[in-house]
Amino acid sequence: MIAPSAQPLPDNQRIVITGIGLTAPNGNSLRELRESLLAGRSGVSKYEIRYFGETLAGVCNFDALRHQAKKEVRRGTRAGSVGIFCAQEAVLDSGLDWNNVDRSRVGIYVGVTEHGNVETENEIYQIKQFDYDTKVWSHHHNPRTVANNPAGEVALNMEITGPHYTIGAACAAGNAGLIQGAQMLRLNECDLALAGGVSESIHTFGIFASFSSQGALATHEDPTKASRPFDTQRNGIVVAEGGCMYTLERLDDAKARGAKIYGELVGYAMNTDATDFVLPNPERQAQCVALALQRAGLAAEEIDIVSTHATGTGQGDAQECIALRSVFGQSAKTYFNNTKSFIGHSMGAAGALELAGNLLAFDDGVVHATINVDELDAQCALPGLVLNQPREVGGVRYILNNSFGMLGINSVVIIKKY
Amino acid sequence: MTPADIRIEILDILSDIAPDEDLSGLKDDVAFREQLELDSMDFLDIVMELRKRHRVQVPEADYKELASMQSTVDYLTPLMKDL
Repeated sequence: MIAPSAQPLPDNQRIVITGIGLTAPNGNSLRELRESLLAGRSGVSKYEIRYFGETLAGVCNFDALRHQAKKEVRRGTRAGSVGIFCAQEAVLDSGLDWNNVDRSRVGIYVGVTEHGNVETENEIYQIKQFDYDTKVWSHHHNPRTVANNPAGEVALNMEITGPHYTIGAACAAGNAGLIQGAQMLRLNECDLALAGGVSESIHTFGIFASFSSQGALATHEDPTKASRPFDTQRNGIVVAEGGCMYTLERLDDAKARGAKIYGELVGYAMNTDATDFVLPNPERQAQCVALALQRAGLAAEEIDIVSTHATGTGQGDAQECIALRSVFGQSAKTYFNNTKSFIGHSMGAAGALELAGNLLAFDDGVVHATINVDELDAQCALPGLVLNQPREVGGVRYILNNSFGMLGINSVVIIKKY
Repeated sequence: MTPADIRIEILDILSDIAPDEDLSGLKDDVAFREQLELDSMDFLDIVMELRKRHRVQVPEADYKELASMQSTVDYLTPLMKDL
């Protein structure tokens, strides 16, 4: 574990990020995503889905056939394809000599908000055409919908024989995947962790319909303006697909092979509200942030960037700001931004993807903005909120990434510049 | 459907199931598995597509009849002659 007293850890207990593979509605690599975030480029567009009709979504356009045969794409799931693309790209980015990596020592830890809804809806739709004759229900349904599917498809594609599983953690899942990967490396359960999160959620009408029924689905005549956390006119979530997988290694291994290091995971925490199915609890969120800081041995003032979770709902954004104010109220140098304002809510991928959007701030010293804030909600007026335009702040040493989800699951990771 | 029509239909199903394969040189008298990368789940897809497209039911005991193009066409000809 990360030492609560934050005593210096030996290198074989320090976990670093050495490779990143991602797909987002506004970029299919770390560089593309960063360029879009600094240029204010949204990835939200008009979208239509069975039964629900016209809506808005963040849609990815990565080339699945870059790493999969057509048959694999047909056999598998969209979440599997997202995971495979991201994991393959992460390994390429890491510079690992993949052909000589012991695949039995590689672990795959993929965060998911949900899995199986897309395939179940597809099969129901199919059998409806046959008067609900279950004889036309696909034999592929079970392998596609088992909860480990997105991670298992990565294992099949990359011939990885170490442990693989998904981490079901609602919209805290991306961070949870990273945390699980770090823990398994520390326990010596693997030597390389492929960790992060994926989302295929835009392919299930149910998620749109449910958010709509909840009064939490964003609408706007201009799709690029629909995702607007912290703005007075915010009216809900834009659902997005996406994925982000990291190669995590112990520092001694990374050093030994001369790996490029994006940053070190110096603190993390997960906790639970235990108060409501959907409404967040700012007190528990603040406790989660504080616990991550404590484990990293950091004061709130030392955090340069807080990547907020805010999704663009009326209550959720305000509640997170209460939590952040209580932790960072006295911190003059902490800046806050929001990546969902560009890409929408990529669900299981959100935590991992939004962290990735911020990581290059270690190099360029720029905090990307939260866009679409035409009129800042007074409840969300954090002093360091970077509104609409990126801000050059000089040296960035610590990034704290929030990711929260339904059933009151909270996750926080802190990455230090290496 | 004539045997020639059935052959075209099976080729169409195979092109969905095995989209990476070149089917132009498929030999009718040689087992699919010796020419194509097909596993048991793929053969179930052939059965499923016949059911979905033509309401043709292939009982499990007859799956062996779908081994090659020739045996498949021979097997399906009486079942699909009136379609």
